[in-house]
Amino acid sequence: MNRAALGALLSHWRRRPLQLVALVLGLMLATALWSGVQAINAEARRAYDRAASLLGGTELARLARPDNAPVPLADYVALRRAGYLVSPVIEAELDGMTLLGLDPLTAPPGVLPADLVEGAVDFEGFAGDGTLFVSPETAEQGLSAPLPTAISRDLPPGTILADIGRVAALSGQQDPSYLLVAPVQPPGLPPLSGATALELRAPDAATDLGELTGAFHLNLTAFGLLSFGVGLFIAHGAIGLAVEQRRPVIRTLRAIGLPLRRLILLLAVELLAIALAAGLAGVAIGYAIAAALLPGVAGTLRGLYGAPVGGELGFDPAWAALAVLIALAGAAVAGAGALIRVARMPVLAPALPRAWAMNHSTLLRRQGLAAIALFALAGILTTGAQSLVIAFAALAALLFGAALALPLVLTAALRAAAPLARGAYGEWVLADTRQQVPGLSLALMALLLALSANIGVSTMVGSFRDTFTGWLDRRLVAEVYVRADGDPAALATRIAPLADAVLPVSSVDRPLLGAPGSVMGQADDPAYRETWPLLSAEPGAWDSLHAGEALFVNEQLALGADLSLGDTVEIAPGTALPVAAIYADYGNPEGQALLGADRFARVFPEAEPFGFALRTGDTPALLDALRAIGLPDDAVTDRDSQKRLSLRIFDQTFRVTGALSALTLAVAGVALLIGSATLAGMRLPQVAPLWALGQTRARLARTEFARALALAALTFAAALPTGLAFAWLLLNRINTEAFGWRLPMILFPRDWLTLGLLAALAAGLAGLGPALRLARIPPARLLQVFSNER
Amino acid sequence: MNARVLLLALLLPSAALAQGFAGLGTDAEGYALPDPDHRFDFPEDHGPHPDFRIEWWYLTAVLDGDDGATYGVQWTLFRAALSPEEATGWGAEQIWMGHAGLTTPDGHFTAERLARGGIGQAGATADPFEAWIDDWAMTGRGGTPDALDAIRLTARGMEFAYDFSAEATGPIVAHGANGYSVKSQDGQASHYYSQPFYEMAGTLTLPAGEVAVTGTGWLDREWSSQPLGPDQTGWDWFSLGFDDGSRMMAFRLRSDTGRDYTTGTWIDADGSAETIPAGALTLAPGRTARVAGRDIPVEWTVTLPARGLDLAVTAMTDDAWMDTSFPYWEGPVTVTGSHEGRGFLEMTGY
Repeated sequence: MNRAALGALLSHWRRRPLQLVALVLGLMLATALWSGVQAINAEARRAYDRAASLLGGTELARLARPDNAPVPLADYVALRRAGYLVSPVIEAELDGMTLLGLDPLTAPPGVLPADLVEGAVDFEGFAGDGTLFVSPETAEQGLSAPLPTAISRDLPPGTILADIGRVAALSGQQDPSYLLVAPVQPPGLPPLSGATALELRAPDAATDLGELTGAFHLNLTAFGLLSFGVGLFIAHGAIGLAVEQRRPVIRTLRAIGLPLRRLILLLAVELLAIALAAGLAGVAIGYAIAAALLPGVAGTLRGLYGAPVGGELGFDPAWAALAVLIALAGAAVAGAGALIRVARMPVLAPALPRAWAMNHSTLLRRQGLAAIALFALAGILTTGAQSLVIAFAALAALLFGAALALPLVLTAALRAAAPLARGAYGEWVLADTRQQVPGLSLALMALLLALSANIGVSTMVGSFRDTFTGWLDRRLVAEVYVRADGDPAALATRIAPLADAVLPVSSVDRPLLGAPGSVMGQADDPAYRETWPLLSAEPGAWDSLHAGEALFVNEQLALGADLSLGDTVEIAPGTALPVAAIYADYGNPEGQALLGADRFARVFPEAEPFGFALRTGDTPALLDALRAIGLPDDAVTDRDSQKRLSLRIFDQTFRVTGALSALTLAVAGVALLIGSATLAGMRLPQVAPLWALGQTRARLARTEFARALALAALTFAAALPTGLAFAWLLLNRINTEAFGWRLPMILFPRDWLTLGLLAALAAGLAGLGPALRLARIPPARLLQVFSNER
Repeated sequence: MNARVLLLALLLPSAALAQGFAGLGTDAEGYALPDPDHRFDFPEDHGPHPDFRIEWWYLTAVLDGDDGATYGVQWTLFRAALSPEEATGWGAEQIWMGHAGLTTPDGHFTAERLARGGIGQAGATADPFEAWIDDWAMTGRGGTPDALDAIRLTARGMEFAYDFSAEATGPIVAHGANGYSVKSQDGQASHYYSQPFYEMAGTLTLPAGEVAVTGTGWLDREWSSQPLGPDQTGWDWFSLGFDDGSRMMAFRLRSDTGRDYTTGTWIDADGSAETIPAGALTLAPGRTARVAGRDIPVEWTVTLPARGLDLAVTAMTDDAWMDTSFPYWEGPVTVTGSHEGRGFLEMTGY
C-alpha cells in the first residue's frame, strides 16, 4: 500500500517538474549560501584560534620596555634570579613573516602550540636541531632559505616558531623582545611591578581577533541568513502549492482507505528525501562558493585587521552534516504548514488551488500588523543601538518588516491606480493584477529583500569608497615615500640632497587608553597643515601640535574612548597632552595619536623613523635618483602607486559583500521566475473569458508581460527606501561599531538605475515564458476551460 | 650518588620531555669519559665539568621541626649537555634542571625549574662556590678550608620554600676507587664524591606557616657521560646515617637481564671510607605502596653480613613522589634493626 500511495503522490512531480525544480532550487540555494558563509566563518575562526592560542593567547601579561626596544638579557636574568617566572621571547622577521623564538624551558604552560606539547611534532627538534615550526599554509609556500622546517597545525599562517637560540642566531638579536609573565608567581615575592623598570602590560583582550573581526563575520552571517530566508520563501511557496494541487489525489487516497497518519508520514518522507537531496547539492555548491570567496575574504581580513587567515578552505564533515541538517530544518519549517493543512483537511474537500492562492486577506492583515511591529522594533533598536548585534537586529527587523508590508503596499498602489485605468480592459488588468499579488507575494518579497540589501550595501560601499579616495588624496601628502631599513639617519643624509623636503615618519606601538594603538611623530610641513584630513580641530591646532603642547587623535580613538577636543590622552607614563584635533584614519583598526616631531623625539628617544616622506616637483626624476643611490624597489613607493594599492585592497575588501549581494539577487530572480511560471499554469480560467470576449492572445500575452514588469517596478520602488534605510544603518550604526569611524552617506542614483534595470530584466525573463506560452496557446485549450466542470 | 634522574630520559623515551634531552643519546661520542686516574682537585671539582654529558649537585636532609614533626628535604641541580661544544649566550647547549622536594609527615611537595646555560640564569662556579637556577641556590659561605664546608641552601616552589645553612662536621668522602665509581659489570662509571656530614639549621615555609628546623644533610656530587648499561632499567639508592655516627651509601642498579649491580660505601664516623664490593650487600624490597599509579617498595631489608648489618628501612611517608618532568620517588626513611638511624631513599624506573 505504501508503494502505491507514494507512487500516486510522487506522480505529481512528474506532471509539474517546474514545481519540483522550485522546491529543490529553493532549498538548495538556501543551504548553499548559508553553508558557504558558515564555511568561510569557520575557516577564519580556526585561524583566529590558532593565532589566539599562540604565546598563551590573551591570558598572559607581558613585560616590555616602554619604547618596545629589546629587554636587555641581563634584566631577564635578574628577574629570574629574583624568583619571578618570566619567559623570554625574541621576535624577528623572516620572509615577511613573524619569527618567534621561545624558550621551551621557561615558557608558561599553554605557550607552546598544543601539537608540539602533545608530541605530535618531534619536540627534540625544537631545542636541538633548530627546526623552524610553520603553519601548513607556510609549509606549502616554502621559505626562501633552505632551513629545516616542520609543520605545526596549531600555528597561524605568517608565524614561524623556533627555539629562542635558533632565532637569536638567525636574527643576531640576543636580547628578548619582551618577556611573558606566568599567570601565577611563587608566593613570598614582592609584586612584579615594583621589581622592574620594565612595563607590565596586562593581557590584552582588545587584541582578540575574534572580537575585532566579529563585525565582518556578523555581516557575512547576516547575508547568509538573508539568503537562507529567501530560499525558504521559495521552498515554502512550492510546497504549499504542491499540497493544494494534490488535493484530488489526497482525497482519492483517503477515500480508498489510506489512513491519515500514513498519508502524513508519506508526505513527510517525500519532503525529507527531496530536502536531503537538495541539502547535499546545497552543501556542494556552498563549499564551491566558500572556496571561491575565501581568498578574497582572507585578503580582507589580513588587510583590514591583520588577521592571519589562509586562503585554503578545509573540509569539515561536521560542517557538511550541520548544513544538511539546516536544509532539513528549513524544509520542515517550509513544509510544516502544508502538512498541518493536509492533516486538518476534510476527507472530501474539493481542490481549490486558486482559492488557496487568493484566500489571503486574513493573512494580509496579520502581515500588516507584523510589519508595523517590526518597523517599530527597528526604530526602537536604532535609537538605542549601541552594539553591533542590536544594530544587525534593527537591520533584520527593517528588512523583514518591509518584506511583510510589501503585499499591502502593492495592493494599495494598485487600488490607488484604479482611477487611472481606461476602459474595461484596463480595469480588468488592474483588478486581476491585484488578485495575483498574494500568489506572487512570496517571490516578490524575496526580490524586495535582495534589492534592498543590494541598494544598502552598494550605497555603503560606494560612500566608503568615495570618502576613502578623498581621504587618501589628503593623507598621502608627499609625492614619494621611502621605507627606512637599517640606519635611518644615514639614509636621511643620503636622500636629503635629492628631494625638496625630507619628512621623517616615526611611530611606536603602544596601548592608548587601554586598547592597542600607536603614537606617530609628524614633521612640520605646510603640506600636512593644508591637507591632513582633520574632522574637527581647535583654532591653532597645528601650532600647538608642533609646539609640543597638544596632540591629535584619530577618529577610532576618539569614538572608542569617547574623547572630545580638549580631553587629555596619556601617551607615555607621565606624558599626557590635550587633544587639539581629530582626524580621519580609515582602514586602521587601532587608535592612533599624532605628536609633533620634536615632542615625539623627547618622549620616545629610542624610536627611529621607519620611513621618510619626500616632497618633490618631479616624481619620476626623484624615483630614478633614489634607485640610482641603490635603494631597493620595494623600499620606495610613489603617491600614485600607493593610492592604487590602497584602493585595490579596498576593492578586494568589499568584493565578498558584493558577490554575496549579487548571489542573493540571483536567488530572488529565480524565485520570481518560478513563482510566475507556476501561477501562469493556473490562470487559464481567468484569461479564457477575455479571449472569448474578443481579446487577442497576443494582447493578453503583452499584458501578462507588462504586468510582470509593473510588479517588479513597484517592488523596486518599495525596495529603494528600504535599501536607503538599510544603508543609513550600515553607515551610521554598524560601521561605527565595527570599524570605529562614521562615514557620510553618498547617494548613487546611477547604481539604482542599473539595479532597477536588473530587476526589470529578472521580471521580464520571469514573465516572458508565460507570456509566450499564452501567445501560442491553442484556442482549443482555452475552450476547454469552458467545457470543464469548473 | 648513583646515575640519576636525567638518565631516565634515556631509559624512558616515552616521558614527555624526555625527547628534549634525547640528544644525549646513549653513546659518549665527543664527551669526556670518567678516568680512573683522575684525582679530585678542589675547589675546581666543586664547579661544573661541561665536557661531561651530565652532572649534579644533590643535597638531601632529614630535619626535625620545632613543631615536633620530622621533614625530608631534597635540593638538586642537574646539568645536561646537548653537545660537547661549549658556547655562550643562547647558543650554549647546556640545560640545567632544578628539583626541590619537601616531605612532611602527611604529604610531599615538589618543585622544578629548567633553564639553559650560557646566559647566567643557571650555572655553577667553583670559587667562590655557587650552584644556582633562578633564585634557587647552593652557595658557599666562604672562609672555610673547603668551599663546601659551610653553605647556604635556598629553593622556592608554589607551595613551599626553604632556606638553610649547613656546616660540615666531617671530611669529603670519595666513592669507589678515589672517586671513580663503577656502575655496572660492563664498566660504566662516574666521578662521585659526597659531603655526608652536614649539620643543618634553617626555616621551612609551608602553606600553614614557617617551621624552624635542624637536622643532618648529605651532599652528593657526580658527573659522567655514560653511567648506565643499556640493560639497566632503574635504581634504588640509599644514604643512611646511624646513631653511632657512621654512614652508609648503597645502591642497586636493576637490570632487565637479571644482572642487578649492588654496591656502596661504608663511612666511619671519622670520615674514613671503604667501598662495599659488588654483591656483598643485599637490598631486598618489602611492602609496596600504590603511589602515582605504580607499586613502589616503601620498606626494605638491607643486609651486609661482613659488618653484621641487618636493617629494616621504612619510608617516613609513602607518597614521596617527585612529580617532575622525569618522575621518581625520593624521601626520608627510618632505620631499625642492627643499627638505628635515619636517611634518604631514591627509587627510579618504577
